[in-house]
Amino acid sequence: MGAVPAVPVGTPHLTAEVSVEAAAIVRVRVPSPLRSYTGSAEVDIAVPVLAPELPPTLGGVLAALDVAYPGLRFRMIDEQGNVRPHIRLFTGNVATRDLGATIESGEVLMIVAALSGG
Amino acid sequence: MPTRTSVSTRSAPSRRARIWIATRKGIWTLTSDAARNGWKLAGPDFLGHIMHHVIADPRDRRVVLAAARTGHLGPTIFRSTDAGRSWKEAVRPPAFASGSGRVVDHTFWLTPGHADQPGVWYAGTSPQGLFRSTDNGATWEGVEGFNAHAMRKAWCGGDQEGTPDGPKLHSILIDPRDPMHMYIGMSGGGVFESLDGGADWRPLNRGVRAEFLPDPSPEYGHDPHCVRFAGSNPDRLYQQNHCGIYRLDRPGDTWQDIGAAMPRLAGDVGFPLAVHPRDPESLWVVPMDGTTVWPRTAPGGRPAVYRSRDGGKSWKRQDQGLPRSQAWWTVKRQAMTSDHRDPTGIYFGTTSGEVWGSRDEGRSFRCLARHLPEIYAVEAAAA
Repeated sequence: MGAVPAVPVGTPHLTAEVSVEAAAIVRVRVPSPLRSYTGSAEVDIAVPVLAPELPPTLGGVLAALDVAYPGLRFRMIDEQGNVRPHIRLFTGNVATRDLGATIESGEVLMIVAALSGG
Repeated sequence: MPTRTSVSTRSAPSRRARIWIATRKGIWTLTSDAARNGWKLAGPDFLGHIMHHVIADPRDRRVVLAAARTGHLGPTIFRSTDAGRSWKEAVRPPAFASGSGRVVDHTFWLTPGHADQPGVWYAGTSPQGLFRSTDNGATWEGVEGFNAHAMRKAWCGGDQEGTPDGPKLHSILIDPRDPMHMYIGMSGGGVFESLDGGADWRPLNRGVRAEFLPDPSPEYGHDPHCVRFAGSNPDRLYQQNHCGIYRLDRPGDTWQDIGAAMPRLAGDVGFPLAVHPRDPESLWVVPMDGTTVWPRTAPGGRPAVYRSRDGGKSWKRQDQGLPRSQAWWTVKRQAMTSDHRDPTGIYFGTTSGEVWGSRDEGRSFRCLARHLPEIYAVEAAAA
């Protein structure tokens, strides 16, 4: 059992640790409206994997992202757990609003802030 | 302000005024010199963020709270403890209870708490909810005495009804004599009162018309646009309503229609209302065209503020310095304020991005800023 931080890879200050089998590393592409939290357009997030048969979910990635960058999740997920209207999530080329969808280590989660007009 | 305007020798010693300006695209400040003659515009902060309200804490003017969201992102609160030089985001912004099915679209209104309760703030949201912070806005909890009240849905209707961009809980008033005594206004519901710090509420709408309902005199379901009490007499309340202008003298519970005394061409429709900080008989409104399809612009394209000095029995047009024609302004419900100087200053912001001010209680106005984004709110503070 290893202790894997739910924080960006390489982050020196570990803020949360859980006992897990392993960690999945997910690259997250961050749209400009959320970069005030992350400071960059891409971050690699280590997501705890509780068991091999339980791959991480998008919800797990966003929870880990919020540990690393507090407040970010609520700006894109509302208090009832739904993706906000002008936020889109893509894994690979697949759009999803299901936070229970699984994601594999090494995959990319792309967050899109989709809005047009003045 | 006009440099040739005579200023009363009663004027308070040199304290600069600051106007916090919340717009659809960020916040700005206007800061005056001691005479409120020269003004300096600063900003923007939060460029591109939709800022519904920004207000300094009269208990500690270094503390400033701002209600924000963007087109993409959900609502939050930003807090400053150094008069706006730096900002931190709330750790837990206003949000409805998980499982309630309700989602805060935006925080619309912020009110500092009672003087004896430092750090306490209240927030009103759209859809209509009431929230409280006890740590200067860092974390917020729902006031469940309202949000979960058995009558809330009957009082308020659906979360999408009414006001074009969502019904709003606004005009949170805390009685300066008793922190447990509160009023709120709701664009879908009316005025409500609590005597127990928000644990329970009752409608307070008797005498107010609701011409858009089958029963024009219901117990609730009204559309107050802005409710204020007189700082020098919190038993005197005024409201600019969708259906007129009203006054209420507590402990009475029947509002008097004071909009009937407005000139017919100005009408009694508008959004904001400001009360003199020392004279409870003195108030200002900004008439908007409420005829036909409700243009909600200055009637005839000739903007004016109307002042009453007798509690609404009579009104006087104040338009010196304002455009004489072709000025089709809209002034929103949070976009007029008074300062605490003597004579008091009156300020308002337009949806076309102009801030106008008077340092002589409305006798003359001057444009203090233009070319800003759509203005949602202006709030005066000492600088």
